[in-house]
Amino acid sequence: MDSREHVPAMLEPFGRVLRKHPRVNEQLNRAMAPFENSAKVLLFSCNMCGQCLLHENGYTCPMNCPKQLRNGPCGGVRMNGHCEVRPEMECVWLKAERRSRYLPGRYLFVRLHAPLDWRRKGSSAILNAVAGFPGDVKANEKE
Amino acid sequence: MTMIPAESYRGRLERALRSGRPVVTCEIGSPDGTDPADVRKRAKLVRDYVDAVNVPDNTGGVVHAAPIAACAILAQEGIDPILHMTCRDRNRMALQSDMLAANLFGIRNILCLTGDHMIHGDQPQTKPVYDIDSIALIDVANHLTTTGTYLSGRAIKPPPDLFPGCAAAPFAPPYEYRPVRLGKKVQAGARFVQTQIVFNVDRFREFMGRVHDLGIDKKVPILAGVAPIRSVKAATFMRDEVPGMEVPDRLVRRMEAAGDDKKKREAEGIAICVEIIEEIRKIPGIAGFHIMPIAWESAVAKISRDAHLQPATAAPRPPPEAPVPAPIAVPVSAASVSPVRGT
Repeated sequence: MDSREHVPAMLEPFGRVLRKHPRVNEQLNRAMAPFENSAKVLLFSCNMCGQCLLHENGYTCPMNCPKQLRNGPCGGVRMNGHCEVRPEMECVWLKAERRSRYLPGRYLFVRLHAPLDWRRKGSSAILNAVAGFPGDVKANEKE
Repeated sequence: MTMIPAESYRGRLERALRSGRPVVTCEIGSPDGTDPADVRKRAKLVRDYVDAVNVPDNTGGVVHAAPIAACAILAQEGIDPILHMTCRDRNRMALQSDMLAANLFGIRNILCLTGDHMIHGDQPQTKPVYDIDSIALIDVANHLTTTGTYLSGRAIKPPPDLFPGCAAAPFAPPYEYRPVRLGKKVQAGARFVQTQIVFNVDRFREFMGRVHDLGIDKKVPILAGVAPIRSVKAATFMRDEVPGMEVPDRLVRRMEAAGDDKKKREAEGIAICVEIIEEIRKIPGIAGFHIMPIAWESAVAKISRDAHLQPATAAPRPPPEAPVPAPIAVPVSAASVSPVRGT
């Protein structure tokens, strides 16, 4: 799927500008990232990967997993549902699975996710989604 | 060094899985030193009873010799090796290059795992890598084989021939989500499945029921993991210390009843393992067994004799319809470099 699937169509011209002018993208990113990220850190203990999956995972950040898994829980979840690495913490994916049941993004929970693009770490996930990730084949095709 | 023609072992696991007969694989301990004879000795104990042999990758986060070397020795010995590859220690570049290195040594079966965290090992201060996860790793192996290119799109000449497999963890919560996650692995291109050790057959039956409902067992052969318990200490360790493993108290009590005598308790451990195999046989959708003797390789012979297991490739039989899926033509990573793909 396209990284811009959830981006409203009216933002498409804006996305085109961002893709065409990487410098604008960078400047905007610099202005926006601290606000977006600090809000997400406070609300969802976000890890600022720049490729947000919060809406798919019941607003639970999968990057809090000590193994940083993005495709579901590993085989080491304890019988009480806690993490094998940090026994005091509930498994991120158990929490995500439970919370996503009450949220509209539930159907997205079983999707396959490609590995993280580490170049985007720390940048604004919203701008990235609007612009399409670099190397996003489909985004480039539409140009 | 005598060279064994590659045709004799290469692809033996795939042939076995395609034969439609129950397949047997087993695991040997990775070498804890630099003696190649040690690997050969372990291999000799199991080679007549199995179709392929797994070598684990720094199990439990404890450093051993890299399994690629042990697998290369197994290949020299004419055994089809299954290389465990974990995402714990290597980023995606190292994983790709190790897959090609494995292929250079005649290793084509890769078991793609997330990897035990080093917190359980002897060097917990190490930096965890986990650049990609096990599902992405399956996709990488499938990508290299089917497109003949690296993840970057640069051509590999000649392209590797990999047979990626995956693990399944039916005994870790969330239980209802586990079959779905196995489905994701198959969707990413896993071509065989080896499960975590089954001690709680009831839970496993439930898991397999759901897997059957989702049609996953039709798409990919599933090998049930089994292991002999060597002592009460081993049983309680697996029950209490190893997350994702479930040892019912019933079995621990049976081991306690067997007493301290080495012969008696080992016989009891093997008897339990054989009983579990008999029970799993009744579950539909099981393509074979994966024996994990945990540094007790000599038990494999006894288990396979008592449970009447034999390797599928032992004698030629007419092949029925193949349960092994063809490699996925367009891997996720090639279809789109965007972060997600619809189901």
